[in-house]
Amino acid sequence: MEQVNNISISGMNNTETIVEISNLKKSFGNQKVLKDVTLQLYKGENLVVLGKSGSGKSVLIKCIVRLLNPDEGSIRVLGEDVSVIKREELSNLRMKIGFLFQSGALYDSMTVKENLEFPLRRIKKKMTQKLIDEKIAEVLENVGLLDVLHKMPSQLSGGMRKRISLARTIIVDPQIMLYDEPTTGLDPVTSDEISLLINQVQKKYKTSSIIITHDIECARATADRLVMLHEGQVYKNGKIGDYENSDDPFIKSFFKG
Amino acid sequence: MKTKLPVIKIVPKIRDASIKISEKTMVKTVEANEFLIGVADFFLFFSQAVRETFSRNFEFKEFLRQCHQIGFKSLPLISITGAIMGLVLTIQTRPVLDSFGAVSLLPSMVAISLVREIGPVITALICAGKVGSGIGAELGSMKVTEQIDAMEVSSTNPMRFLVVTRVLAATLMIPLLVLYADALGIMGSWIGVNIKGDVSFVLFISQAFSVFELIDFLPAVVKTFFFGAVIGVVGSYKGYTAGRGTESVGVAANSAVVLASLLVIIVDMIAVQITDMLI
Repeated sequence: MEQVNNISISGMNNTETIVEISNLKKSFGNQKVLKDVTLQLYKGENLVVLGKSGSGKSVLIKCIVRLLNPDEGSIRVLGEDVSVIKREELSNLRMKIGFLFQSGALYDSMTVKENLEFPLRRIKKKMTQKLIDEKIAEVLENVGLLDVLHKMPSQLSGGMRKRISLARTIIVDPQIMLYDEPTTGLDPVTSDEISLLINQVQKKYKTSSIIITHDIECARATADRLVMLHEGQVYKNGKIGDYENSDDPFIKSFFKG
Repeated sequence: MKTKLPVIKIVPKIRDASIKISEKTMVKTVEANEFLIGVADFFLFFSQAVRETFSRNFEFKEFLRQCHQIGFKSLPLISITGAIMGLVLTIQTRPVLDSFGAVSLLPSMVAISLVREIGPVITALICAGKVGSGIGAELGSMKVTEQIDAMEVSSTNPMRFLVVTRVLAATLMIPLLVLYADALGIMGSWIGVNIKGDVSFVLFISQAFSVFELIDFLPAVVKTFFFGAVIGVVGSYKGYTAGRGTESVGVAANSAVVLASLLVIIVDMIAVQITDMLI
């Protein structure tokens, strides 16, 4: 296994830890998915978690928002231990986290507008309809889709669904963004557009992000730092250049086809 | 040597049989264990739904949407089946009553049969098919496409938003659908009576309700609330606990119909026994 580096983020002034995962273990029956994962997300950075399918990437971010409960280890998000906090505190914490699902997860029975209103009405309860409409227009403009407001999700293409899903996630101004395979199933052009949007979201909303992917182009475009997961463990932690210049056969096979 | 031969043959057979028995026992034990876990899981789900029903922030808009979905959208199907139910019951019963010279009792007999038993059970079984499978498939597909997870991470309680609203809507709408089906069944019966006779609607109704008492009506209405709750809870449970693959949506819808239909019949049997004891 390649050395696991505890690196600082050069070029970034702030190294405040936003998410701290320590010795995380998670199994499903006899299958050990995460064996011992330790990593940190620093303020303002885009951390890309790379790995083959089945390496436990999605399980990792689902543990961060406690959609899955870890077997062992701790996850601290914005200073709070996710695995022990009460449901109400968890709910408050989740308001600060945006989660872009692999499938987009738009609500099929609602229009695009209703999908965007849904989290706003629950998280920012005192917002007037005028402010809600303004916010919806703002996020739709950010994702470049102003003319789909009254369409149903079934009327949208895969790329459009991802964009609307991203709009629904950023509409509540999250501090942390978790992207689960944001470019999976998209053509290269749309994938590039989504990668660009991820960077724009980081700059505009000052978010700290974890991007789960096995798409090297997406990783190149978005990563401030990369963590590679292999067989449920952190295989390497470093900058994109460290990976591209690595002699490790596994990393080479990943980066050079 | 001769005496040893049978021993050599019998011993492995006994061993094989004991291995087979122990394997079968293990399989049955695992199946029984899974069944008990399933039952416990269902009751935990039900108790959580009940708890969420009485919590703050009731999702009234979604509840109204579900009432429309479960109640209003079921009207065409219930109209047709209700009317046919009354018509067929009348046509089938008439010859029997005719042989006793008791055709005049036909309206009241059909009305009592419809209101006390046939209307509630048939309507509930139709709703188990339409509503139960609909809820199971909808929640199952939401589970598969991560919509329930999306709801959870956006600080919305999916149990409150998806399950409580559907269970309450089914509990309130199915009794109304049963009453509607009963009314149309009586209309269908009047048409059935008039195929071979000439009875005015007013006379038919007055004859139909002449022997009616509150005890004929009340238990039948009360049990329909339980039918509705059963259909809502089972549909929601099967959808909410569906697996991750796309085939689980079909499995959820199918098992929701089967289990809800079975439970409707069981609840009906219990209700009839209780009513019988009270009368």
